[in-house]
Amino acid sequence: MKKVFRLENLGCAHCAAKMEKSISKIDGVESVTIGFMSRRLTIEAPEEKFEDILKQASKVIKKYEKDCEIVR
Amino acid sequence: MSKIANYTLSRKDKVQLTRIIASLGLFIPLIIVDKIYNIGSLTQFGWILPLILYSVIYILIGYDVLARAGRNIINFNPLDENFLMSIATLGAFALAIYKGVKGEATEGFDEGCAVLIFYQVGEFFQQLATERSRNSISSLMDIRPDSANVIREGGVINVYPEDIKIGEIIIVKPGERVPLDGIVVKGCSTLDTMALTGESAPSDVYEGQEIMSGCINLTSTIEIKVNKEFYDSTVSRILDLVESAADKKSKTEAFITRFARWYTPIVVGLALCLALIPSIFNGNTEEWIYRALNFLVVSCPCAIVISVPMTFFVGIGVASRNFILVKGSNHLEKLSRVNTFVFDKTGTVTTGKFKVESVYPLENREEILHLAALAEQDSLHPIAISILEEYGKETEKGYTIENKAGYGIIAKKGENVILCGNNKLLELYNTPCKVTENEKTTVHVAKNREYVGTIYVSDRIKDGTKAAIAELQNMGSKCVMLTGDKEKIAQKVASSIGISEYKSSLLPQDKVSEVEKLIDSKNDGLVCFVGDGINDAPVLMRADVGVSMGAIGSDSAIESSDIVLMKDDLTALPLAKRIASKTVKIARQNIVFPLLVKVAILVLSAIGIANMWMAVFGDVGVAVLAILNAMRTSKIK
Repeated sequence: MKKVFRLENLGCAHCAAKMEKSISKIDGVESVTIGFMSRRLTIEAPEEKFEDILKQASKVIKKYEKDCEIVR
Repeated sequence: MSKIANYTLSRKDKVQLTRIIASLGLFIPLIIVDKIYNIGSLTQFGWILPLILYSVIYILIGYDVLARAGRNIINFNPLDENFLMSIATLGAFALAIYKGVKGEATEGFDEGCAVLIFYQVGEFFQQLATERSRNSISSLMDIRPDSANVIREGGVINVYPEDIKIGEIIIVKPGERVPLDGIVVKGCSTLDTMALTGESAPSDVYEGQEIMSGCINLTSTIEIKVNKEFYDSTVSRILDLVESAADKKSKTEAFITRFARWYTPIVVGLALCLALIPSIFNGNTEEWIYRALNFLVVSCPCAIVISVPMTFFVGIGVASRNFILVKGSNHLEKLSRVNTFVFDKTGTVTTGKFKVESVYPLENREEILHLAALAEQDSLHPIAISILEEYGKETEKGYTIENKAGYGIIAKKGENVILCGNNKLLELYNTPCKVTENEKTTVHVAKNREYVGTIYVSDRIKDGTKAAIAELQNMGSKCVMLTGDKEKIAQKVASSIGISEYKSSLLPQDKVSEVEKLIDSKNDGLVCFVGDGINDAPVLMRADVGVSMGAIGSDSAIESSDIVLMKDDLTALPLAKRIASKTVKIARQNIVFPLLVKVAILVLSAIGIANMWMAVFGDVGVAVLAILNAMRTSKIK
């Protein structure tokens, strides 16, 4: 399953690249892209794990940018 | 187009701007007074007074940087720009205090403040520029409908387009944008399809006709039966395509992200070495630490990391404003490397709509057309349609019609046998044909083994084709035409559009192998195939860059191509190529130039020529220049 989310308050391009790398290491993530300019997070992961992965991704994102939120 | 200046600031931006102005307002008088009178020597407290004064400004401008740095240490993410800036500036303060304690003249507080102030100016500028280029793309989003009027429970209610289900009837008044795809069930009107097709001439719609979301209804109210949900409608698909384009990263971007991952650790490592190693040998630790702190000031790769994707993003935005939909930064990058354009003939170079040009012999015109119309009456082939149009009358029924692919049509009724097709068909029936081939498409007609005559049909070349091809050739690209038609037609079309290289009588699979041959040939450039996207999907996918045109309503065309020309002709192609080349050129400048400046600062700092002022000016200055350069992409005409 592939889903696209908007990222609010994504401020730093370098951080976006770091987030992308960290999220790609989360168990079960098949592919992930973060577009800094488009502020889009695209995650591909199995449906049954999706919610869990999204929670972890949210934590990773907050680690790099405190104000950055995944908009559902 | 809006400039940065008249972009409305968000609340957050305003706070930031106020902080920058306030701290500059305090900092400039303070540093002037300090340079003239040396504040450290004015009172008996020595270095403590300047420390207090500068700290006020430092905290005012830098509290958020310090807070983020603190949080990042807790998160084990120390190589973050906030952290590095904090170390660099706190280090400068520490050195100044150390000097003060030793009783030397206190200097360095000003540098610590200046670094943070200019760092914030740079960040602010980046923020504005990012917002602005995001906005420039969202002007395209104007085609997104906000609401739709749907007939429910006997009345008309206004709802979000997302809430409408397939099969519901929506009403679109004149002046409104069609919110969802569907079929007109009541009324007829004129539509402005500019946003979808780039075509400025309005087009008419009647009952029973399909209609695409995103068009503007011009003349009268129509009712539409929705046949696609909002997320699947034309408007949503276009917007999604443009929005997601920037996520498909180009090689240049991938390179810069990889580079950034190594740049910071390496510079920080060098800074550590610089602070420790030389001072072991020749002492003077203060000086070496100062030089190392300079390294930290330029250790953040943000300018490049932002300006490269921004360049592509702006490039994609410019393209879409010119009715060129690029599906990804990577495709834009590839297009810049294309030096061979391969065109399909029918539907791409020519309109694909045939017209009867002449009939031979002229005195039998009516009979020839009549016989041909009898044979072709059930056919949907464009040539058959052109013949039926030309004949323009009802034909009698009752013929058994046999369609022999590659030959033509055989129509039988009782004793009568009508042949309508090419030379091969006539040969098959031993009917001698009395005309020779020429560059037109020919349809021979025979009745009961007796040759009756020939209809000449021709296809029209699309407007602007010749000019577009000439422009591509001027840019140094090779143009090749491929067609399934016979040699003579291919030759005529090719010469009239100025293409010398063409291949005729190709089957669809031959087109793929022709393109493969071009790809494999010893040539540095890439191969771009341009087609109408309807029956050339395999070639579009095989080519390095697949360009489809005028097929915004077709899923398969959008799916199989990398770039979609919304307008149904080649006029936008040279512009697309120019945008691609310029974007890539600017992106490269945005890598090379900032890197050179950073390396120069590092070298000058290491040998003690550059001070912290130079480091921060150079670093922020080059970031601003790179971003302005990225913005230049939007000026391509």
